[in-house]
Amino acid sequence: MSGPESTVQPVFEARGLTKTYDMGEVQVHALRGVDLRLQASEFLVLLGPSGSGKSTLLNILGGLDTPTSGSVRYRGGNLSGAGDSVRTQYRRNHVGFVFQFYNLIPSLTARENVALVTEITKDPMTPPEALQMVGLEERMDHFPAQLSGGEQQRVAIARAIAKRPDVLLCDEPTGALDIRTGIVVLEAIERINRDLGTATAVITHNAAVASMADRVVHLLDGRITDENRISTKTPARDLRW
Amino acid sequence: MLALNRKLYRDLWKIKGQALAISMVIGVGVLMFIMYLSAFDSLQITRSEYYERQRFGHVFASLKRAPLALRNQIAAIPGVSQAEPRVVVDVQMQVAGVSEPATARLVSVPMDRRPSVNDIALVKGRFIEAGRANEVIASENFVEANELEIGDSVRVVLNGRLRDLEIVGVGLSPEYIYTIRPGELIPDDRRFGVFWMERRALAAAFDMEGGFNDVSLLLMPQTRPEEVIATLDALLEPYGGWGAIPRALQLSHWSVENELQGIQVAGFAIPAVFLAVAVFLLHVVLHRIVAVQREQVATLKALGYPNRTIAAHYTWWGLAISVAGTILGTVLGAALGRSLMAIYNQYYRFPSLEYHLDARVVAGAVLIGVAAAILGANSAVRQAVRLQPAEAMRPLPPAKYRPSLAERLGLQALLSQAARIILRNIERQPGRSMITVGGIACSLGILILGIFMIDSIDLMLDVQFAKAQRHDVQLTFAEPVSPGGIHELQRMPGVILAEPVRSVPARLRSAHRERQLAITGLPAASHLYRVIDVRTMESVHLPENGLVLTSGLAEILDVQAGDTVSVEVLVGNRPVRQVAVRGVVQQFMGLAAYMEINALRRLLREGPTLSAGYLTVDTAQLAALLRKVKLTPAVAGTGLKAAVLESFNETFGQNLGTMIFFNVLFASIIAFGVVYNAARVSLAERSRELASLRVMGFTRREISAILLGELGVLALLALPLGLLAGYGLSSLVVKALQTELYALPFTANPQTYAWCALTILGATAISGLIVRRKLDHLDLLEVLKAKE
Repeated sequence: MSGPESTVQPVFEARGLTKTYDMGEVQVHALRGVDLRLQASEFLVLLGPSGSGKSTLLNILGGLDTPTSGSVRYRGGNLSGAGDSVRTQYRRNHVGFVFQFYNLIPSLTARENVALVTEITKDPMTPPEALQMVGLEERMDHFPAQLSGGEQQRVAIARAIAKRPDVLLCDEPTGALDIRTGIVVLEAIERINRDLGTATAVITHNAAVASMADRVVHLLDGRITDENRISTKTPARDLRW
Repeated sequence: MLALNRKLYRDLWKIKGQALAISMVIGVGVLMFIMYLSAFDSLQITRSEYYERQRFGHVFASLKRAPLALRNQIAAIPGVSQAEPRVVVDVQMQVAGVSEPATARLVSVPMDRRPSVNDIALVKGRFIEAGRANEVIASENFVEANELEIGDSVRVVLNGRLRDLEIVGVGLSPEYIYTIRPGELIPDDRRFGVFWMERRALAAAFDMEGGFNDVSLLLMPQTRPEEVIATLDALLEPYGGWGAIPRALQLSHWSVENELQGIQVAGFAIPAVFLAVAVFLLHVVLHRIVAVQREQVATLKALGYPNRTIAAHYTWWGLAISVAGTILGTVLGAALGRSLMAIYNQYYRFPSLEYHLDARVVAGAVLIGVAAAILGANSAVRQAVRLQPAEAMRPLPPAKYRPSLAERLGLQALLSQAARIILRNIERQPGRSMITVGGIACSLGILILGIFMIDSIDLMLDVQFAKAQRHDVQLTFAEPVSPGGIHELQRMPGVILAEPVRSVPARLRSAHRERQLAITGLPAASHLYRVIDVRTMESVHLPENGLVLTSGLAEILDVQAGDTVSVEVLVGNRPVRQVAVRGVVQQFMGLAAYMEINALRRLLREGPTLSAGYLTVDTAQLAALLRKVKLTPAVAGTGLKAAVLESFNETFGQNLGTMIFFNVLFASIIAFGVVYNAARVSLAERSRELASLRVMGFTRREISAILLGELGVLALLALPLGLLAGYGLSSLVVKALQTELYALPFTANPQTYAWCALTILGATAISGLIVRRKLDHLDLLEVLKAKE
């Protein structure tokens, strides 16, 4: 990246985010005042134990959820106050999601799951292109049930990046996978970030993943407790946990 | 194909059993709609074209005798466009090969032109030629029922002389679309025929030269028949007019009209029940689908699919299921509509009964199919739209249960674990349980609705032919006969008992209300023709003087026992007298007025006359009696109870089997659709729970008992409701079909109810067993591994 950080407009800028859920008689404070920026092409890892508020933060950044208070700006536009249809358009055109449990449509093949996205966005890749980027060109016509967990997650990644999103949001992408397949998936995410320059945020509770990031943010109990830059990124294939 | 549509297509294929079950319910609803309404259109269009073409009259009048010159005065009544005076007489007839005497209605036809009103539609053969007094055109139903050909003859008694009439043509008339002998309950085509013959020959035989005893009128457009009738009645009164009737009361028209109204009501009401059930089934199934696919919905939203696309997606589920049923229903409905027309053709005679399937009816079917889909999908669609994607990504919390009512009442000690699961589950989703109960109840209601009429007709026949009319033979005289008549009847071969009947046309009035009908005079303690009050099923002893009216007639005249009505006798010197109403009885056959025979004779100021005789006959001598009757010119008509019943059972019995078959089939389709879907939805929701039980060591039988036990409980709850629904629907139909002439009794035969309930339980059990096979193949490990 060239130039000082402050002069580059961030992709996201979140200020003072809080999120409270009413669970019957108890109130759950998922976020208690979070400030966060994400720069273009940056690889950010959000690290924290379960219940720390990482998923809530990611969902708000991705326009799936709205904060109770605070603001989120996406490329200068206000996202936190936007209505459902604006957020839908935002997700549709700018965000790629990858979930812990892949969330593929079981009745559609790998190619068709990707087509689900390419059919509704402007200037997407073709499904085979996207699947090639995750190394699944051979298994395009398989249904989710015929794919391993790692393969399913790579289909989900292909589906997320096929629209050429500005930002890729991954919620525990390796959470349901063993280390070997987990690394294959992380390699795919790494390649997207490097080759396409897609700003990427990965949620994980696995500290080992942090070393492949540009920046690591630690979350605990709804607050950011620590934040550090990684000077030398470790390639995904060298990660161990 | 778009990826989302592929998803729809493949997901639907996965629930094809359920989808098919719902499609069939919708299909049957649409089928009924198409069948009834296309039959309605076909009959309606055919009839109106027929009326138009054959110039069916607007006003009909009978009288004793008037000079032909009166025709000009009738034609001059304002609003009258055509007046056709005729001679119409009923005579005895012998048909080769038929031992019982039959009745011929002879209708005169002018020779110089076609009748200007009620023209004959020639089906076969040719018209009568002028000067051929023995040529006739015979009605098609009579010719077909007796398998006669052109050139065959029938023998009639004309003015005391036997005459052979040669059939030169076969014809139909809009006056006789529905042909029934006056006073009879049931058509009997073998023993009643209409014959059109040259006016001169007929007039000569009945002292009608230069005169007429019947007239039909065509009116100008926008003329009110009531005004014409008032003027006509005044004109005909000096000539023994019996009071004119408008087309609306003409027997054939009235019957067809009634049937038309009946099928129109049925065409809307019955499909409504099927579609309501289908809407509820779609609701349950699609709700479940959205619940299962909640993460998929969330993913689609995360991918940026807008709500309207997701709403459209789940609406399409409903539409696909409904459209399949609608197409099937339309095709089968058109086919069955055509068959229904064939059945109608046995009762209603048109020159050609063409089947019309109007585009509007098809459009209506498509519209209700689409409406059912949208209504059924509505709640699921809203559920999908409401779903918050962030929330839906998280696993569902365990469903909330609580102790069931029985347990809260302290009965838990009596309940096994399985029973507790069943009861808590029913209570946890009261809405869905109610839909299952309601659906099964509907199927039972529909079945009863389809079957009860058999019991009703049985009861009506029993009351009419076993309790009320206990004679074997009924002889009607052309003119009332004098005192000796009854003794002559008594002396005829084989007669065991003979009773006189004196009936006389009259107009009953009370204030401004009036009605014209025949007063029937019977012996006070008549054995062979009893006045039965259907409220008690007892015969009513006729009082020494005064009238006994049926409740329908009492209602029309707005009188009750103790009131007085004015009776204008429509024959002889037409005396008008005040007569007390002594009693009101309820009967199935609408309008009647009874008097003790001697009271009626006193009213008429005449001796012991009779117009008909009821006989019980030694069956061994029946043939001899009939031979004798055929030679008795005074007898105008002979009714044989057994023959009438036999001919009715023949026609009705043929259609009965078909009717029962379809009713059972259609009702079972509802029961199957409801139970199969309820079981599949429960199975899908609870396969984890049931598999866990299997892992713990429950047997297949035990887990089946939990799943199917719930359905069994619901089915048992549904039975009383279904019986009530059947009772309610049937009594509504009875009310809807009730006319002033005819009230179908509503009878609750316990065997019928039991049989219907068993049929529905059977359909329930079969659908349960089909689901049980799935349960047997539950893959324990797979179910437990899979993420909820």
